[in-house]
Amino acid sequence: MLAFYLSFKEIWRNRGRFLLFSLVIALITILVLFIAALAQGLATANKQFLEKLDAELLVFEKNTNTSIPTSQIGRSKLPAIRNVQGVAAAGSIGFSTATLILPNNQPGLDVALVGVDPNSPGSPPVLAGRELLTTQANEVVIDGIIASRTHIKVGDTITLKTIQDTKEKFFNLRVVGMTDGRQYLFQPAIFLPYRTWDTIRPQGATTGGALVEITSNIVAVKLTNPADLQTVAARIQSEVPSVQVVDINTAILSLPGYTVQQQTLNSQQFFTLLIGILVIGGFFQIQMLQKVPLIGVLKAIGASNLIIAHSVILQIVLVSSFGVLLGSLITFILALGMPPNVPILFSGNSILTAVLSLLLIGPLGGLVSVRQAIKVEPLIALGLSS
Amino acid sequence: MENIIEANSVSKIYRMDGTSVQAVNDVTFSVRAGEFVGLVGPSGSGKTTLLAMLAALLDPSGGQICINDHDLKQIHEKDRVLFRRKEIGFTFQANNLIPYLTVLENVEFMLRLNKQYTKENHERARELLVRLGMEDRINVLPRQLSGGERQRVSIARSVVHNPSVVLADEPTASLDSERAYQVVKIFADLIHEQNKAGIMVTHDLRMCKYVDKIFQMKDGQIVSAISDRQAIESLMACA
Repeated sequence: MLAFYLSFKEIWRNRGRFLLFSLVIALITILVLFIAALAQGLATANKQFLEKLDAELLVFEKNTNTSIPTSQIGRSKLPAIRNVQGVAAAGSIGFSTATLILPNNQPGLDVALVGVDPNSPGSPPVLAGRELLTTQANEVVIDGIIASRTHIKVGDTITLKTIQDTKEKFFNLRVVGMTDGRQYLFQPAIFLPYRTWDTIRPQGATTGGALVEITSNIVAVKLTNPADLQTVAARIQSEVPSVQVVDINTAILSLPGYTVQQQTLNSQQFFTLLIGILVIGGFFQIQMLQKVPLIGVLKAIGASNLIIAHSVILQIVLVSSFGVLLGSLITFILALGMPPNVPILFSGNSILTAVLSLLLIGPLGGLVSVRQAIKVEPLIALGLSS
Repeated sequence: MENIIEANSVSKIYRMDGTSVQAVNDVTFSVRAGEFVGLVGPSGSGKTTLLAMLAALLDPSGGQICINDHDLKQIHEKDRVLFRRKEIGFTFQANNLIPYLTVLENVEFMLRLNKQYTKENHERARELLVRLGMEDRINVLPRQLSGGERQRVSIARSVVHNPSVVLADEPTASLDSERAYQVVKIFADLIHEQNKAGIMVTHDLRMCKYVDKIFQMKDGQIVSAISDRQAIESLMACA
């Protein structure tokens, strides 16, 4: 109680100085939160589709380093995968890109074109309209991001442009459903039946009428019992030729650039937090040096080390918490004014971790000051030293 | 009257880098309740070291110090803080007030520290300050006070929690003569009225105008103890 009294009085009577320092902490908070939100936003933009996939395993073509663009898995393997014991359902998923033509000469919107098997893993649940029903129909399900950016609604007809054999091709498709945000590699997604997808997707010259097997990039597998992940993965690899099976998290880590990008942003966040610790530590240490004679007097008149240490810690906690709160508030206000195409996302564990880390760096930075305060000798008050 | 402070053959040797310095050498004296003692002597004579030992801030190398019948050597290191908080009132040279507490809060700090902060004691602290002529300065911060005012607040803080011993280390060092006399008089009056044992360390003999006894120190020893009023006056006249 006395420790709180001392810290609060000191902060209140020197509020200008402490407010300035809280602003420094607030700036560090803004920086850390923006980096965390950027990391979260970029990660989401990369992996949103895979993360929301209603499946536990992904099957790749063998020797493709679980790279989705590289993997080309023939649809003939799908029945074999479905027949493996422990597999509840499996669906092919193919990825490519297209341009969504927008009215009134607006620039087209680049979208991820995702070919899926209706009623199989990969086919998205819908929030409005209906799901895809057949493997070949000129109908699509759009994700919520496309809907919010273009105001396209269920029942509308959209036009997609792709390049086939060096020529631009346009395809009209009817929107039958809308799902939630399911970006893939930074692009909002349009889902369509795999045969339609195979017709529309960008491709080179045909092979002169020869029958070519339709391929997808991966096969998503839903298990009867998700706990059997390793067993079923091994079973698929042994029963289906030339495939590699990984779980969703491994697949996410293999997304092009994902790991490097997250490592870079996490390093930035780590170093910003480290700088925060040093700045806070430095401030309180300088302040402690100025207070050495006073602490000597306090100890000489009977204040214990416990009271002194508590008061120093409380002061650090109060000032840094206020700074973090202020910074979070400013970040929130700034985020409201951000354009929608900036990939920042203030949600998820990374933001929570960032806030908790920011709250921790104060006491961490101030530990040296606490140690210093405890070491001050009361004899200083008398101009003596032991 | 009973002895509050008793020092028997107290000595202190500082050891540093293989050399020893005898700061206090075989000092014996006592101070009764209601007695105000001036501890005088030149710089380096051991006054402040002796004061630090009386305040349980420093362990004697030899001898025994008893405060209110408590042998300081027998008090555990941890309990010395509590002992000091309760039994000792301290006034230092200068800048010893807590800069972010007002005058009243500084005085009340000792009450809070001793868990004696009650409505009555709050009033008592206020009355003490009024008595010391600080009624208009009660809610100001130390930086807005003059040197003399600060020392008056410091004196109020040293007695407000009703300690048995009041110690002052050169309380007039930063004051002009007139203010210094005022401060010492206030100090002496409070010690006499409240029946405390008071010791004031000073190198300025003129400040002994209001003390009951003078211990003159030289080279770590008390070379003379003067309690006769006339002898004190003549010693001061020589200063």
